[in-house]
Amino acid sequence: MLKDITLGQFFPGNTLAHRLDPRTKLLVTVLYIVALFSARSLWGYALLALVLAISVRVSRVKLRSLLRGLKPVLFIIAFTAILNLFYTPGRTLVSFWTLRITYEGMRTAVTMMLRIMLLIMGTFLLTYTTSPIRLTDGMESLLSPLKRIKLPVHELAMMMSISLRFIPTLIEETDKIMSAQKARGADFESGNLFHRAKALIPMLVPLFISAFRRADELATAMECRCYHGGEGRTKLNVLRYEARDYLVLAFFLALAVGIVASEKLGVPARLSALLV
Amino acid sequence: MDEIIRIENLTHTYSAGTPFEHCAVDGMDLSIYRGEFLGIIGHTGSGKSTLIQHLNGLLKPTKGRVLLGGEDIWADPKKIRSVRFRVGLVFQYPEYQLFEETVYRDIAFGPTNMGLSGEEIDRRVRDAARFAGVSEQMLEKSPFALSGGQKRRVAIAGVIAMEPEVLVLDEPTAGLDPRGREELLSNISAYHKERGNTVVLVSHSMEEIARNVDRIVVLSDSRVLLSGTPHEVFAQGDTLTRAGLDVPEVTRIAMSLRERGLAVDAGVYTVRELSDALLALRKGGGVC
Repeated sequence: MLKDITLGQFFPGNTLAHRLDPRTKLLVTVLYIVALFSARSLWGYALLALVLAISVRVSRVKLRSLLRGLKPVLFIIAFTAILNLFYTPGRTLVSFWTLRITYEGMRTAVTMMLRIMLLIMGTFLLTYTTSPIRLTDGMESLLSPLKRIKLPVHELAMMMSISLRFIPTLIEETDKIMSAQKARGADFESGNLFHRAKALIPMLVPLFISAFRRADELATAMECRCYHGGEGRTKLNVLRYEARDYLVLAFFLALAVGIVASEKLGVPARLSALLV
Repeated sequence: MDEIIRIENLTHTYSAGTPFEHCAVDGMDLSIYRGEFLGIIGHTGSGKSTLIQHLNGLLKPTKGRVLLGGEDIWADPKKIRSVRFRVGLVFQYPEYQLFEETVYRDIAFGPTNMGLSGEEIDRRVRDAARFAGVSEQMLEKSPFALSGGQKRRVAIAGVIAMEPEVLVLDEPTAGLDPRGREELLSNISAYHKERGNTVVLVSHSMEEIARNVDRIVVLSDSRVLLSGTPHEVFAQGDTLTRAGLDVPEVTRIAMSLRERGLAVDAGVYTVRELSDALLALRKGGGVC
């Protein structure tokens, strides 16, 4: 059951989306998010949704696995949508009792929902198509200018890759410990909140102990192989930009700039007017 | 013989519908009889661990049924906890499940979950400790202050303390030194003899299985490949070798003697049996 958590899971493949340089993908994701937060009109969202749909198609990631990533945040999405729906002042569409749905409220609710959904699906696409190692490599490389101001970039990247590496291990471990305690009649599913919190002790104690043990073993193993931080350390796979990276970057840069500029200039409103 | 567990057409598929879909047990049929000492053997990935997690309802069959005492254990999913008290499962490397402040309280975890009285719990903890070879002095210690082998015994005692009708052990000797192995196995054998309860031992060591169990089930590629007494199973040495499994050393000697034309029974698996067989051959005027 815990194995179904797909947070940050990587689906191996050999598509354009997989082959892109991780730095490109990180930058593209940032640009996409900028565009997403600048877009105000439905036109903008339609364009951004189309771009995401094309990216998903190219990456051959199943839409179902992307949608599954939305499940944990479904509540937040619904919550923001409902808040916006009822509490935005403006022209009233429907009203009953003390509740009022306004035209503006409906607009904001829909755009907010789209924004969160596209944001999550976009970032999930990044982690679905990029292995954790390449992701942290890209991160380290992008952040490396910050070494000048004494930011421990390599150490941060190493910490990140180690934690990413151990997420599945710890999930598996949790699963195993839970099964072992369940085999002794532990009950994680029923009772009130206090009862359930207490029921977690038989799971948490062994989990922490094994996490510390693993950390210790890993540190020893790394020291045995002369790890001493990022100073003078070389990489097995050196990242290199290819023509496709420049193309994709240029496209997304244009997309972000285009959306920001057209929202400023009011192009979408004119487009809508043209249609009506 | 009286069946205690019956597995009918059991199939289990992990992560169905994702790229990681994987069928670990495929249409398996198996019976476990009351009071027997059963050995389950198979190499890594043959479905052993998946199979035994169905015995106490930790996993739900994708297809097929598991019957305990003639009743489908999933007939009422709310009662699955009571199945876990009747079929005790000791996982691989069970020492990682210890969490209490003292060994005593850790062994008492299962019986406490069963809702038993204080006296009954105390009796069961002491009984289980004795069967698993946990000494009285150890009971008041912290489980984290013990050695690896001692921790393992405590964890096994924690399951025995529930007094299950069927005790299932998944590779209980993995990672122990030869002496620890020997001691643990003799403890388990003694438990089986004294209690007369059903014991299922999962292992990939042929020697270990051969010396202790009444009946062997060999798993290969998510299915039951062979089943029978150790003698019957080892007589099919070729089938075992093809499934990537070893036969006991003694059996291997017997097999190669047969290849060289000696009429030795291929199913022998103890030094005693082999020497008897060879002596009999000599008396009978064989080529020895």
